Amino acid sequence: MECLIGIRGKDFVLMAGDSVAGRSVVAMKKDHDKMYQLSNRLLMAACGEGGDTVQFAEYIAKNIQLYRMRNGYDLSTKAAASFTRRNLADYLRSSTPYFVNLLIGGYDDSDGADLYYMDYLGSMVKLPFGVHGYGSFFVLSVMDRYYKEDMTRDEALVLLQRCIDEIHERFIINLNSFKVKIVDKEGIHVMKDLRPTTKQPEETPGTQSMDIV
Amino acid sequence: MAMKGKNCVAIAADTRFGIQAQTVSTKFQKIFELGPRLYIGLAGLATDVQTVSERLKFRVNLYELRENRRVKPKTLLSVVSNLLYERRFGPYFVEPVIAGLDDVTSEPFVASLDLIGCPMVTEDFVVSGTCSEQMYGMCESVWSPDLDPDQLFEAISQALLNAADRDAVSGWGAVVHIIEKDKVTTRTLKARMD
Repeated sequence: MECLIGIRGKDFVLMAGDSVAGRSVVAMKKDHDKMYQLSNRLLMAACGEGGDTVQFAEYIAKNIQLYRMRNGYDLSTKAAASFTRRNLADYLRSSTPYFVNLLIGGYDDSDGADLYYMDYLGSMVKLPFGVHGYGSFFVLSVMDRYYKEDMTRDEALVLLQRCIDEIHERFIINLNSFKVKIVDKEGIHVMKDLRPTTKQPEETPGTQSMDIV
Repeated sequence: MAMKGKNCVAIAADTRFGIQAQTVSTKFQKIFELGPRLYIGLAGLATDVQTVSERLKFRVNLYELRENRRVKPKTLLSVVSNLLYERRFGPYFVEPVIAGLDDVTSEPFVASLDLIGCPMVTEDFVVSGTCSEQMYGMCESVWSPDLDPDQLFEAISQALLNAADRDAVSGWGAVVHIIEKDKVTTRTLKARMD
C-alpha cells in the first residue's frame, strides 16, 4: 500500500514517498522516511517487504560508501543502479530474495540528473518519471498528461502535488503525507512534506448546527 | 524477430517494458550488440533479459580475449545454449534470437533458442515473444528469399508492427537493425503506442 514517485527535471530529480509505515491493517508510524541516502548525490527510495527494504537499502548504501573510500570518488548514478540491479538479480534465485521495489535518483557531472526504476525481480529501466505501488495506476496517466522535459523545480513540485491529490481522491488507502527530497548538483535537499490540498466542505445554507445543552 | 536476406540480416524488437497490464517504459532495450555484425535479441522476463545479456557479454568478452578473434554466430549459438542449459532446473525466462554475419565469410545467420537452450537454425526467419504465432503468420507472408537490405527492412518492419498490433501486451515502440557487410543501420519505427 506504499507509493513512491520520482520525477526527473532539467538538472535535478524530485523524489517523494508516502510516509506511512504500516503492518497489515495498522498504520504504525505516520512520518516514516522511505528514502535512503546512498552518497552525496544519490538517493534511493525503497518500498516493499518490511525488513527487506531497510536491510537491502543499508547494504547498498554501505557498499557505495566503500567504493568511495577505496577509489576516492563516487560511483555514477548508472553504475550505482547497475550494482544494485546485479545484487537484486543475484539474490532473486537464492534462498533469501529481497522483495524491494526501488527508485534511484542521482546527479553526476557527466550524465546530469538520472532516475532509475527497479522492481523486486531486478529489472531496471531509466525513466523520466517513475512510480511504484498501487499509486502508479492513478499517477502515471497524470504524469503522461502534464510532464514535460526539462521542468523547473517549481513545475515539478506542482506536478507532484497534482499526483498526490489524485491519489488522495481515488486511492482507497489514506496516504495523506509524502516526504519529498530533491537531488541535484549541490546534493540532497529535504523539502517540506506534501499533503493533499484539502477542500473545505461548504456549509449548506438553511441548516444550523445545534449544541444540545 | 530476425530475418535473412541477400548478404544481410535484420533483427527487430518492440520496446515495451510492462508489468502485466501496466506499461512502465516504452524505451526498453531488448537487442544487444555482441560484435560489429552480431546481435542478440531477448524476449521474456525483463530481469532475465538484462541478466542474460550481461552474463553473455562477459562470456563473449572472455572468449575474444582468449581466442584473439571475434566470435562466430554459430559459436555464439552454442555459448548461449550452454549458458541457458546450465540453469536447466531453474531457468532464465528468456527466448533469444540471434542474427549476424559471419566475420570471415559474411554469410548471413539467424537462429533462436528456447528458455533451456535448445538451438534452432533456420534458413528464413526466427521469432520469439508473446505474439510469436502472429509473427509466424506475418513472416511467412512477407518474407521471400534473397531480399535486399531495403526490401528486408520493409518486410521485417511490417511483420513486427502488424503482429504486435494484434497482441495486447506487445508494441509501444519498435526498433530495427539491418546488418550488412559494411554497415549496420538502426531505425526506430513509428508504431502504435497502445
